[in-house]
Amino acid sequence: MSELNLSSMLFALMLATFVGFYVIQNVSRLLHTPLMSLTNAISAIAIVASIIVTGEQKTLFATVLGAVAVFASMTNIVSGFLITERMLKMFKEKEPRA
Amino acid sequence: MSELFTQLSYLAAATLFVFSLRWLNRPKTARQGVLAGVVGMVLAVVGTLVNPHIVNYSWIALALVAGTLVGVPLSRVALTAVPQRTAISHAFGGLAAGLVGTAKYQVWLGEGELTTFRTTAIVIEVILGFVTFTGSLMAAGKLQEVIPTRPITYRGQNAVNLALLGIAVLAGVWVVVDPSQWPFFALIVALSLAFGVLLIIPIGGADMPTVISLLNSYAGLSAVAMGFVLENQLLIIAGALDGSSGFILSVIMCRAMNRSFTNVLFGAFGQVKAQAAGGEAKPVKSATPQDAADYLLSAQRVVIVPGYGMAVAQAQHRVREIYDVLTKRGIDVKFAIHPVAGRMPGHMNVLLAEAEIPYDALLEMDEINPEMPQTDVCVVVGANDVVNPAARSDETSPIYGMPIIDADKARVVLANKRSMNPGFAGIDNALYSADNTLMVFGDAKAVLGDIAAALRAEGAGQAAA
Repeated sequence: MSELNLSSMLFALMLATFVGFYVIQNVSRLLHTPLMSLTNAISAIAIVASIIVTGEQKTLFATVLGAVAVFASMTNIVSGFLITERMLKMFKEKEPRA
Repeated sequence: MSELFTQLSYLAAATLFVFSLRWLNRPKTARQGVLAGVVGMVLAVVGTLVNPHIVNYSWIALALVAGTLVGVPLSRVALTAVPQRTAISHAFGGLAAGLVGTAKYQVWLGEGELTTFRTTAIVIEVILGFVTFTGSLMAAGKLQEVIPTRPITYRGQNAVNLALLGIAVLAGVWVVVDPSQWPFFALIVALSLAFGVLLIIPIGGADMPTVISLLNSYAGLSAVAMGFVLENQLLIIAGALDGSSGFILSVIMCRAMNRSFTNVLFGAFGQVKAQAAGGEAKPVKSATPQDAADYLLSAQRVVIVPGYGMAVAQAQHRVREIYDVLTKRGIDVKFAIHPVAGRMPGHMNVLLAEAEIPYDALLEMDEINPEMPQTDVCVVVGANDVVNPAARSDETSPIYGMPIIDADKARVVLANKRSMNPGFAGIDNALYSADNTLMVFGDAKAVLGDIAAALRAEGAGQAAA
């Protein structure tokens, strides 16, 4: 791996952490539970790596572990986004008085 | 060509993930945020599936279908069980990281491709991933009460835990120096799995909001480590977003419990020792649901403080009935939400939203406290430590210094509790024996139902008169 690659990865980490801190500090405390389920679904982006490890079929061992990782990530993606949507639908403002 | 498409899809996904979290800052735009997240995820997955290195799709397809089949029912759990579901998904996130790290180690070991950098990143990924995996499973077990929720402690616990982690790190260094030592790699996996279990054993239910946030952060960091292993910027970015989110939530939870962050990091929390049963039980005054209804009807400003007990009793819909009757009569009703009320950050807000209480009636601790002295009646439903005035005044109390909701400053406090047993942390609550407090004993759901019925009867009686 080239040094350029390492430094660009470190830059990505540094910048994304700053963006994360900034954006998440602005999330309303009302929504902290949905926030956690949404970030959970987003970090299941690990599915991308799992898919490659599974699909390369380098060894049977790696393929099986990769497939379990795809399963675990897919579970998080599906349940994470669905439950976030389900919770957010419940947050309603006061209806104007009739 | 497909490489360019993949990179562009990753770039778009990273952008959409940032917007997704950005839109979550307000309830009005939050659902847009979910959509952005879904679109980003689909783009990233499609961009990956066209990768020319993928030679076989059958295992992938099988895993995607199985994941969907498990994921859909997991998203339909009762909202009181959301903390457990969250813990399980942290566990799955950690598991994926640990497995991918192990798989890459084995593949690269066979190909002689294990550089120092790769091995280091894999070791970090595997430790973080497997600790998160078993730690989160333990947390989920405690939340579901499959495992005893009381802290399990023994002498030298921290020393044992740190020693285990120390050995795992040493084994990691050994593997980095000589990657062919796969038994040491297996040792790292085993120790990390064990460490995750031991880390959570001493933690009690009341500390779960902090623990879940911390595990959230670990899950994100393990995704970052995976990104370094596979040299994938998208994983690093998404993992960093998740990691910083978990970190911020942990800090908020720590502050709300007056704990230092190092205290949490070393897992030495949740060990509040039950106080020696010193002193006689102070006398408390009790009231019937009918009395409670009378107090509520003569009030102008009412504040309701919900806690985990409300979730356990599934009493949020009864709370809503009371809210409805009172607001229809022009009485001002607000909810005071302590950051650590419940078993995860924001838990109470979701339950009250489920009961269709408008979110503008839900106020944070700092917003409601200045209003407490002007409050006529404060109703405490299943909350305990977060309203204990000892946190303000009693320097010997284990919770001294923790910011609380000033329920005791209201003119009248109606506190619902099952019995006079001390709360989870085993700490006496001075609020219950205060002069202006009336205890309404019984199951929260039943008691609140009775109060709502009494309120309605009263209203009907007045209309008839």
